Amino acid sequence: MLAKGVPMTILLTLALLGLGLTAGIPIGFAQVYGYRPLRIASAIYEQVFRGIPALVLILLLYSGLARSFHILLPAFAASVLALGLRSAAYQSQIFRGAIQSVPQGQMLAARSIGMSRMQAIRSIILPQAFRLAIPPWTNEFSSVLKDTSLASAIGVLELARLGSLISTRIQYGRGARWILVIWIVVALIYLVLTYAGNWSLGFLEDRFRIPGFEMKGRVER
Amino acid sequence: MNFFEFAWSILPRLLDGTVVTLELTAFSISLGFGLGIFLALGRVYGKPPVRIISNGYIQFFRGTPLLVQLLLIYYGLPPYLAMIGIRISPFSAAVIALGLNSAAYQAEYFRGAIQSIRMGQMMAARSMGMSKVQAIRYVILPQALRIVIPSWSNELIYGIKYSSLAYFLSLTELTFTGKKIIAKTARTFETYIIVALIYLAIVLIVSQLLRMLENRVRVPGLGEHAEHR
Amino acid sequence: MVPPGDETSGNVVLRVENLHKRYGKEEVLRGISFELRRGETKVVIGPSGTGKSTLLRCINQLSMPDAGAVWLEDVEITNRKVDINAVRQSIGFVFQDFNLFSHLTALRNVSIGLTRVKKMKKEDALEKARSELARVGLADKADAYPAELSGGQQQRVSIARALAMDPKLILFDEPTSALDPELIGEVLSVMIELARSGMTMLVVSHEMGFARAVANEIIFMEGGIILEEGSPAQLFTHSKHERTKQFLHKITELYGESGDE
Repeated sequence: MLAKGVPMTILLTLALLGLGLTAGIPIGFAQVYGYRPLRIASAIYEQVFRGIPALVLILLLYSGLARSFHILLPAFAASVLALGLRSAAYQSQIFRGAIQSVPQGQMLAARSIGMSRMQAIRSIILPQAFRLAIPPWTNEFSSVLKDTSLASAIGVLELARLGSLISTRIQYGRGARWILVIWIVVALIYLVLTYAGNWSLGFLEDRFRIPGFEMKGRVER
Repeated sequence: MNFFEFAWSILPRLLDGTVVTLELTAFSISLGFGLGIFLALGRVYGKPPVRIISNGYIQFFRGTPLLVQLLLIYYGLPPYLAMIGIRISPFSAAVIALGLNSAAYQAEYFRGAIQSIRMGQMMAARSMGMSKVQAIRYVILPQALRIVIPSWSNELIYGIKYSSLAYFLSLTELTFTGKKIIAKTARTFETYIIVALIYLAIVLIVSQLLRMLENRVRVPGLGEHAEHR
Repeated sequence: MVPPGDETSGNVVLRVENLHKRYGKEEVLRGISFELRRGETKVVIGPSGTGKSTLLRCINQLSMPDAGAVWLEDVEITNRKVDINAVRQSIGFVFQDFNLFSHLTALRNVSIGLTRVKKMKKEDALEKARSELARVGLADKADAYPAELSGGQQQRVSIARALAMDPKLILFDEPTSALDPELIGEVLSVMIELARSGMTMLVVSHEMGFARAVANEIIFMEGGIILEEGSPAQLFTHSKHERTKQFLHKITELYGESGDE
């Protein structure tokens, strides 16, 4: 029965990651390469969406829009929008960090063989930044997967909500003892989903790995 | 009433909610701090069984949603706790859940900080006759605690935001207080915007304070500003 | 010119007996034995990777030898029952990488062993620390943090730190190898001074000038064994092994005669 929530959870995760990616890349970009007003705007976006709790954002976009402006977003859409915009803020940080981690010398070298700034960015900087971004992005994935549980506040039938519904049904009498078990199972399912996701992303990381090009750990003598 | 008048009128209630939010955060982050250091030391210096338990704890609490942990503790445990005569209030349940969760993240930050301290420092401490415990206490921890401040600040900010999950327990922290106000006034969007702004304000103020703290305890050559030879 | 201890006052401070140590498949120490008397300074030389550092670490038990024994005066310190922390208070160790405690000033680096390990009173410890810092010529840097000091200064602080514990002997693990050339001299001067004042020292180093100036004996290690040992004069002019001659020749070329007076 709980298993019915899994597809919804996965769907939510992928949808909002997609939104986050689509918005996050340009924003991260703007923070590194944009003109001053653009940089300030992205910085503000980032501060705002990182400073507000995800739950509040969800309630704002669902109940808030619905009751105050009569814009009725389906619960699914509201969750994806809220969490996605939030993820965009975090992802923009990841991409900004990755782009800035590519050594300065790379751009200099590219320009000195005659590439324009745009060309250098596209063929030299971004491919490297992409690889540097994968580990932190994997973190964002786990983070987001867990945040989808907040969609239960507005009734989306994902995993956590189903756990709650089942718990409410059996909460009287002897059944109450099983609530713990239900939640443990729910937790384990999330764990499995997280590991599966991390594993696939690890796969991605391996495929695109460049020997010798990683975030340096401690160097042992 | 226009927006600003409305905002002004609900501010007192929201501030009450804010106090609860801050209390929740303070208690849970402190719990997380104490437990977190303990777990980190266990993971780095402990014997294999200790390391496995610490690791298992950290994996579980980091790999599962906070909401699930919260509901597990608030709804799943009481039937068993009732058997030994313990009842927990929503506030306690929230603090415990948030605290246990935070401990897992803080443990990882501490572990990173401890491991970034060059091994030579431990060797030098042992070479002058310090026991392992003394070396950890006088050499490793003082440095690790400074190194960890940026990550810890992050964790504190998270704590403030995720305290909002107490909403699910109908605890009158900031977000739930907002909901109660809406029930009376039906001005949904505006209320939530104001709630959001208050969170933003808290986060900005706390970030600033933490930055000042970091500067006060800074030691030249230590932390992320250090150059590693 | 040669420091006291040469008259063999008979007091053996350190005795190493048949030390063996293996790392994975490689046996790095294959039965090392020697003695160090009070006031003597012995310098261990040899090609890199022959276990010289390992030898020092086995002596203060930072590494555990696989076989053999180490005696500090009349206590067998390799015995598991011995309280190694107490023993280490009597053995000073100076690392190649200095390993000063980054969060403490120079003064506190020197005094922390006194307050925390020897349980001295704070004022007494600070006073002693100041005098040790003065001894190595750094009295004016007492309140500086390691990051604010040059490599040579850091190493001198680390020597002061070792001295503060009033050790029976000090082990030096390539103390100048991590230093810029101009800074080597200041550290060697301190070490020469120490040797002449009667400290018992076991030094792993390439600094031949230093060895010539103060070593009672040079120990040449290769392949995990002591190939040859003898006074500097003996080794430089009448070495028994061709290998010793070769090696000495090479490093005197490379490292010159710094520290010689």
